[in-house]
Amino acid sequence: MSKKKNLFSKDTKLAELIAEDRRLLQLLPRFGITLGFGDRSVEEVCRMNNVSAELFLVLCEIYTDSGYKPDHNELKHIDMSGLLPYLRASHQYYLDERFPHLEEHLQRIIEACGPKYGPMLSHFYEEYKKEVMRHIKYYEEEVVFPYIEALLQGKRTNSYRIDEFEHNHTNIQDVLDDMMNILLKYLPGDILPKERIEISLDIVELSDDLNRHSVIEDHILIPYVESLENALP
Amino acid sequence: MRNRVIICEASEIIANGLAEVIDSMAQFDVVARIENPEHLNEKITASDANIVIINPLLLGYQNKEFINQLGKEHPNLVSIALATSYLDHSILTPYSGVIEINDTRSKIISKMNEFAQSETTKKADDVELSKREIDVLIAVAKGMMNKEIADQMNISIHTVISHRKNITRKTGIKSVSGLTVYALLNNLIEENDLI
Repeated sequence: MSKKKNLFSKDTKLAELIAEDRRLLQLLPRFGITLGFGDRSVEEVCRMNNVSAELFLVLCEIYTDSGYKPDHNELKHIDMSGLLPYLRASHQYYLDERFPHLEEHLQRIIEACGPKYGPMLSHFYEEYKKEVMRHIKYYEEEVVFPYIEALLQGKRTNSYRIDEFEHNHTNIQDVLDDMMNILLKYLPGDILPKERIEISLDIVELSDDLNRHSVIEDHILIPYVESLENALP
Repeated sequence: MRNRVIICEASEIIANGLAEVIDSMAQFDVVARIENPEHLNEKITASDANIVIINPLLLGYQNKEFINQLGKEHPNLVSIALATSYLDHSILTPYSGVIEINDTRSKIISKMNEFAQSETTKKADDVELSKREIDVLIAVAKGMMNKEIADQMNISIHTVISHRKNITRKTGIKSVSGLTVYALLNNLIEENDLI
C-alpha cells in the first residue's frame, strides 16, 4: 500500500482545518486548546497551548480519515506527553457529558413507553452503563493509566502488561448500535418519534467518536506503552 | 465450520459417487442421501443441512416452485442442481449453482467450496426470522449459553452460532441485552421469563 500524504500540515491555519471537518472541534477542549485562535496556524496555536503539534495532527488525521492508521515509525519521533491527558479528557467528556446527555433523552422515552416497555429499556440502558463504567472508569482510568504513569516515572509494576489490554470498545459500540436499532426499528412508532430521531443522531456521533478513540488507543497508546516497557531494564 | 449436505438423486451410482467426493472434503459431511424429494423438507430440518444437491428432473414441472419454497422455509439453505443430462437454462434459475455429471473431482471440490461461501452472502435482503432462529433467539434472550441451547434443541454448537449470526444479520442487533429487548418488544418472551 502506498503511503498517503497527510491531509494537514503544521502551517495550515487551525480555522481552515476545522472548516475542513467540523468534528475536529471536539479535539480542542480535550487538548486544552482555547478558542479565539484567530488566523493562527496549527503550530502556533499548539505552541501557545503547550500541545505537541505533531500529536495533534495525527489525531486530526484519525478523526478525518476513517481508514487512517498511523505509521509506527513516524510515531516514534512524536512527543507523547500530551497523549494521556488527552485520553483522560476524552473519557471525562464521555462520562460527564455524552452519556448523561444520552440518558436524559432516553429517560423521557422510557417514561413515555409506560410500564410495558419502559422497565426493560431502562434495564437495558443500566446494564450498558455498568459496562461502560467498568471499562472506561474502573479499568482504563484506574488500572491502565496509573500503570502507564508509573512507567513514565521509571517504575515497573509486576501486576500488569499492556499486551493484556482489553479492546473493549467494540462491545461498547455494539450495544450503542443495538440501542439505535431498537429506538428506530422496534419501539412502537408513536412513542416520541422526534426525540428518538434526535437521540439517534447523537448516538451516531458518539459511536463515531468512540470508534476513533479506540483507534487512538490501539494504534498510538499501545505501541507507545510497549516502547516504554521495552525501554525499562 | 462444517457444511451439511443432502443429496437427492434417484441413481444410486451417481448419488454414491458424488457423496464419496464430497465426504472426502474436510469441511463437508453428507448427512443424508435420498432417492426422491418427497420428504426432503423434513430431512433438511432434522439434519440441519445447509446445502441440498438435487436432480431437477425429480421435480418435473414443480421445479421452480419447489426450490423457491425450500428457500423460504430454510433461509440459509443453498440449493444446487445436479445435472445428469442437458438442462435448459430456465430450469436452473432457482438454483445457486450446478454440478454437472461430467465434472471432474477437482471441479466438484472447487464448486462446493464456492457454494459454501455463497451461503453467508446470499439472501442478504431476507429479514424474516425462521422458526428455528426464533427458538434460538428466545433461548438467548432468556440468558442461556450456546452449549445449553445446543443441548436443549438437540443441535450442534456450530449450528447455534450460525443461527445467532443470522439473527444478528436480520435484526441488526448484536448484544445479548439488545436481543432480549427485541424479544420482549416482539412478544416472544415475557418479562418474568427472564432469569
